[in-house]
Amino acid sequence: MTAVRCVDICKTYVQGDEDIKALDHLSIEIEKGEFVCLMSPSGGGKTTLLNAIGGLDIPDSGEVWVAGRRVDQMSKGELADLRLANIGFVFQAYNLIPVLTARENVEFVMQVQGVSARARREKSMAIIEEVGLKGLEDRRPAEMSGGQQQRVAVARAIVSRPALVLADEPTANLDSHTSDDLMALFTELNEHHKTTFVIATHDQRVMRYAKRLVRMLDGRIVEDTLQDAA
Amino acid sequence: MRIVPVLGRLAWRYLWRNHRRTIVMLSAITVGTWAMIFMMALTRGMVDQMIADGISVIPGHVLVHDPDFLDDPSIGNRVKLDDDELEARFGDAGFTAWASRVRVPAIVTSERESRGVTLLGIDPVAEQSFSFVDYAAVEGRFLEGVDDNGIVIGAKLANTLETRVGKRVVLMSQDPDNDIADRGFRVVGLFHANMEAYEDGYVFIGKRTAQKMLRIGNETTEVVFLGDDYRNVEPVYDKVVAAMDDAFRVSRWTEVDTYLGTMLKTMDGFMVVWVVVVFLALSFGLVNTLVMAVFERVREIGLMLALGMKPSMILGQIIIESMLLLAVGLFIGDVLAYATVRPLESGIDISIVGEGMEMFGMSSMLYPALYLKDVVMANVVVLVLGFFASLSPAWRASRYEPVEAITKVG
Repeated sequence: MTAVRCVDICKTYVQGDEDIKALDHLSIEIEKGEFVCLMSPSGGGKTTLLNAIGGLDIPDSGEVWVAGRRVDQMSKGELADLRLANIGFVFQAYNLIPVLTARENVEFVMQVQGVSARARREKSMAIIEEVGLKGLEDRRPAEMSGGQQQRVAVARAIVSRPALVLADEPTANLDSHTSDDLMALFTELNEHHKTTFVIATHDQRVMRYAKRLVRMLDGRIVEDTLQDAA
Repeated sequence: MRIVPVLGRLAWRYLWRNHRRTIVMLSAITVGTWAMIFMMALTRGMVDQMIADGISVIPGHVLVHDPDFLDDPSIGNRVKLDDDELEARFGDAGFTAWASRVRVPAIVTSERESRGVTLLGIDPVAEQSFSFVDYAAVEGRFLEGVDDNGIVIGAKLANTLETRVGKRVVLMSQDPDNDIADRGFRVVGLFHANMEAYEDGYVFIGKRTAQKMLRIGNETTEVVFLGDDYRNVEPVYDKVVAAMDDAFRVSRWTEVDTYLGTMLKTMDGFMVVWVVVVFLALSFGLVNTLVMAVFERVREIGLMLALGMKPSMILGQIIIESMLLLAVGLFIGDVLAYATVRPLESGIDISIVGEGMEMFGMSSMLYPALYLKDVVMANVVVLVLGFFASLSPAWRASRYEPVEAITKVG
């Protein structure tokens, strides 16, 4: 079953007098339960592709399908519903809500989903423990290190068990040990819950966990290979 | 609706994220609210006093006259019903108070001076609920009955006429045949009133004595009725109209004293205008605060949108933030206004700054009056206007594109 399907999508940004093609007639299909790594040099288009898949950015042309629904023609409200119900995001920067504690950040999506307080608390405490932040749940982002904040963001992305997780450099601020723990957690979710992961990264360690490597250059896919994950 | 507590918590936390700015804005709202309510209490007190004084001279909430009396208040235009008929119509009708009286223009003359006055022939017992004269404070004595042969005049008038208690004056008016009707009276009392104009313009004699002097039998020139609230005289008015026929004119006090009636309506409008004006001043600060609050968290708004919050939720969050800010400011302002108005309700002496205000019907004491409906009105108007003022920044926040907002630098 196809989790994500992009058909001939183009996205051009204007920077000064220059047009920059972030996505150039790109097509890709990702099956449910795949663990995909997008790799490219900076400006290769992997973040733009993640944003297009997540409905955060609408391509200039082409089609984007997620969970059988066409994303690029959805209204803002429909996109919000799709993201809330189906997609977990980990962004490149820490992107936590600074006025909420670590636990409240983790619970945020569930709260918007309308999950009961008790269920939220149970799930959030469990995932906080899994990402190694037990004891820090009442701290606000400003009271945590960059790595700790990133782990909170990851916990938030996966706590509600979304069908699709889009992660942009999820290990960028983590040490190797924490990176491995996090990727092990991703792998477990992928294998046991068939969660689809699409991860944009430069990190070689992350690539080892991927079952599929997609290399991009100038907004196009130049290599798409399957591999045995670590 | 399940999202409201989430938005409320976010709004509250964001409000105190920049606590200094919030405190400054709260202070402005508090002071604005206090000023609104305090000013309304002063104005209400002033108007209430003016109206109370005005009604006490009319007096009564509803009045019955001959149809031509208000245009020509002469003895010819009197209510041609005697006391027995009036008693039969109104005696058991359940009015708070009612009285009939003779009220005509007259001239009072001492051995030195003359003065045009309004002659009131009254039943001092029935009139006690209406009169602007405090019987107990009268120098000498007040009238003791409808047949009293004495006259009570104002202290100011006594001064003008160069007379005093115990001396005689002559009262002169016209009878129904337009012949001179006059009689000598001994001054038995001098009354004091809130305003010197009243002391100067009214004289009291017994009703029966007046009827005899004016040769009108048992008839009177006006019948007056009192209700429970001068702002709502309709129940009394309807009851009186039902008891009278077309040969009489039934008037509300606002029709008899159109100046006061208009003022009452104008003041209600003025209160709303005052609240709106103060709010407009506050709204600049409010909108600025919200714009800044939105501007400094564009990335977080983008993040929330990316995580699945709908634009309407962002809109709601900013509006709730605005409402919370206003609600807290209003609450503190309300408490402050209550705490400052209550001690002043016993009266503020404005005689130093209020000289000459008597010509506007104001006395030298101002009694601030804090009405719940004014406080509610001020709060509701501010909240409603605040809601609309916060729509623009809230709308802008909700229209951000997630990816642009998240990647916004600085």
